[in-house]
Amino acid sequence: MPITLKVNGKTRTVDVPADMPLLWVLRDELDLKGTKFGCGANRCGACTVHVNGVAQRTCTMPVSRAAGADITTIEGLSPDGTHAVQQAWEELDVPQCGYCQAGQMMATASLLAKTPKPTDADIDAALNTNLCRCATYLRIRAAVHRAAEIKAGGAAVGSSGASKNTKED
Amino acid sequence: MAVPAATDTAATPAVDTPSTSTEPARRDFLKVLGMGGLLIAASSVGVRRLEAAAGFAPSAEPWEPHAYIRLGDDGLITIICHRSEMGQGIRTTMPMIIADEMDANWALCRVEQGLGNEPKYGSQNTDGSTSIRDFLQKYREAGATVRALLEDAAAKEWAVASSEVQARNGEVVHVASGRTKAFGALVATARTIPMPAATRVRIKTPAERKWEGKAMPSIDLVPMTTGGAIFGADVRLPGMKVAAIARPPVWGGTVLSVDDSLAKQVAGVERIVRIPASPMPGGFLPLGGVAVIATNTWAAMKGRDALRITWNHGPNASYDSAAYKTSLQESVRRPGAAGRTNGDVERGLTTAARRVTAEYYMPHLSHAQMEPVVAVAQVTNGKAEVWAPTQSPMDARKTVAEYLKLDVANVSVHVTLLGGGFGRKSKPDFICEAAFLSREVGAPVRVQWTREDDLRHSYLHSPAAHRLEAGLDAAGKVVAWRHRSAYPAISATFAPKVTGAEPDELTNGASDIPFDIPNMQVEICPAVAHTRIGWYRSVNAIHHGFAIGSFVDELARAAKQDPADFLLALLGPDRRVDLSQAGLVKPASNYGATWTDHPLDSARARRVVELAIEKSGWRGPALARGRGRGIAVHRSFLSYVAMVVEVEVLPDGTVLVPRATVAVDAGFVANPDRARAQMEGALIMAMSNVLSSEVTFAAGRVVQSNFRDYGVTRMRAAPRQVDVHLVPSEGLPGGIGEPGVPPACGAIANAIFAATGVRVRELPVGRQLAGWQTRSSN
Repeated sequence: MPITLKVNGKTRTVDVPADMPLLWVLRDELDLKGTKFGCGANRCGACTVHVNGVAQRTCTMPVSRAAGADITTIEGLSPDGTHAVQQAWEELDVPQCGYCQAGQMMATASLLAKTPKPTDADIDAALNTNLCRCATYLRIRAAVHRAAEIKAGGAAVGSSGASKNTKED
Repeated sequence: MAVPAATDTAATPAVDTPSTSTEPARRDFLKVLGMGGLLIAASSVGVRRLEAAAGFAPSAEPWEPHAYIRLGDDGLITIICHRSEMGQGIRTTMPMIIADEMDANWALCRVEQGLGNEPKYGSQNTDGSTSIRDFLQKYREAGATVRALLEDAAAKEWAVASSEVQARNGEVVHVASGRTKAFGALVATARTIPMPAATRVRIKTPAERKWEGKAMPSIDLVPMTTGGAIFGADVRLPGMKVAAIARPPVWGGTVLSVDDSLAKQVAGVERIVRIPASPMPGGFLPLGGVAVIATNTWAAMKGRDALRITWNHGPNASYDSAAYKTSLQESVRRPGAAGRTNGDVERGLTTAARRVTAEYYMPHLSHAQMEPVVAVAQVTNGKAEVWAPTQSPMDARKTVAEYLKLDVANVSVHVTLLGGGFGRKSKPDFICEAAFLSREVGAPVRVQWTREDDLRHSYLHSPAAHRLEAGLDAAGKVVAWRHRSAYPAISATFAPKVTGAEPDELTNGASDIPFDIPNMQVEICPAVAHTRIGWYRSVNAIHHGFAIGSFVDELARAAKQDPADFLLALLGPDRRVDLSQAGLVKPASNYGATWTDHPLDSARARRVVELAIEKSGWRGPALARGRGRGIAVHRSFLSYVAMVVEVEVLPDGTVLVPRATVAVDAGFVANPDRARAQMEGALIMAMSNVLSSEVTFAAGRVVQSNFRDYGVTRMRAAPRQVDVHLVPSEGLPGGIGEPGVPPACGAIANAIFAATGVRVRELPVGRQLAGWQTRSSN
């Protein structure tokens, strides 16, 4: 059945079964491959996008539930890759394999939208179901703090108080 | 780009992946050179310019270049990466080394992913933490040769001596006059002059290095933060179908009958294809089963779920991991085959003042990399082309060729980024599935595994039982050490009738330990495999590290000594030992290196222990009950890593890690920031291994299905602080990706004991610590 979605600011119509998860609509039908498949069961967060501005898992969300909603994927997080979260992620060289990072970043952007200055506890709560098997968690935590700083008009690259949790010798 | 996208086959479809524009085949060399480019290939026997006039006949030469460097007239430098990227950072580190030696302008450097082609590249198997330890010097020589060639070219153009010019940041400078020429402008001359003599090629001194050994931003960072990075599942071919496969629930099972009537009713499902079961034990080949071919992923998955299959479960239908655990524990209570013998262990044990015995167990583990395995294949007219997140493109190429009975020359393997590998993606079974199905349906096919598939049909890390016995003299010195292990062998996946691990599995951190003990025997006891056994980051060193790291701590407690002091005493006097001459049974393997290059060096182990003690505050004030520090050291993959882990155990048994200190001697470290990232990741992966991960079997089937019941460490449990200290060294490089896991397993277990008085000897810790405050030490 035809379903109309608003994805990254563009109106898109897809003709798919109503129960097809939004993840597969994004990946297979709209060729937005930055959103990843990790578990298919709401358990890992690799498929996180924003639905009406809020982080949502897409691997179990029927596309019919997203009809008419405003959807943002990693490709649409910023027009030029300069969202505060993207800047912070690059500054701290967060990714290892990179596969889960779109989900981590979308969850972070959603967190910062409602909690501009998150504590470690806020971050742990918001990102606890975003898994990373490379285990980049320490850098993610530091990068969330750094993104909050940048978003608040924070210091230029390199002068941040939120440094990597690892020490130079 | 000055250089057109070079691909191996004219039929290659246009695919937006970083791995398609890669391999310079002969005609592409000519094309490149015809356009004025300079193409350099480096091998173990030297560095060559690939000459247009002389032609290029790869089959005629026993020559295996590892590194290709292309310099265009416009100055763009393309470095072809022959190793797979799975988060360890090789696509950044390799170009860093080469470009540094070239004295290139980093902004003009690009990396392209090499196709699977071992005759051309040498080993591409990205396993065993080998990328830098096997290739550092070759990369340096390649870069330094190009630098010398470009300096010679400039000298010729200016009619001055080569000694008067210097490459600096992408141009060559005539020092006296200040004249400069960009690298790109020197290409034409560099193509025609003689290659620099070996004596003219000079590797930079440490002080001259700009990037090697320093932090550099990762090359794939921006694609990874903007959604553009291409992993296995992101490859798209025109007309591509998607397949989901129902595989035998039990290893060795076969399909008896299929009712596919419901599956065929799912919108988008096009065909049902049987995949024959491979002869046991199967090795790298597919398990077989029933594939649902569909127009999209969701239809394939729904169709697969709608299949009604009757299975013959085969010889492993009664595999039960709880019963198997008991059998492993019984196995290590009887003598095994010796993998190392020094002195007389029986006499040492019976004459010791005190004897300590402990047994340890670790279950099956799954890699659970975030990207479930996936592969795309297109097989037409006797040629197979595949795109896959593979750690071992050559094994993929050979296995696909064997499986489809094709000439290996007719199989091309494009390597995408890997969404985690950890050893799972060394095995090309899933790539063979895609190739088989593409041939069957006559269209490109993507085989998409689900998380459930990944947990249930993987190549699991072997469960292991260990029994350690030690004799202590009156002063608490260890005078005898007997270590018996039982775990199913990796080789059981590849050959029939294997009844236990091989002695060279013991040299993965059990028989090659750096302790000073006069009477030592390390034995391997029988264990038959009932599922596919594979290798998982650090391999047997995971359970070796847990058992040995824990046992040393138990001995320290028995001797009433500080565990760190005890560990230092156990390492003994500084010495370098060639273990092939000191008790190991042959072949006395050493991670593929010689014992001359990489002897067992107890001084390096001692230094990392001392560094970890110093930086962790080990000797500081005692921690309150419920908090504790644990220490362990392990040598694996030719590197020495010591860890001090501090834990906090909550009353409900939850284990938190406020702080960990990691001390690493991996020889020279080319990319310290990525090395630190690997250590952070290894520590946290070890937390998963120790605290929560377990695959169990009942009636031959994996019990777990997804992250709901396969536990891994999450953000909330991740350490608050990890300090990684790299020992400065110009020594031969060791591994980085794996050596952090084994000492972490021991250190975490020891910290739990220090915090709670509870010694956990069977993993995972799980709920074992609930109510620990009301228990005393066991």
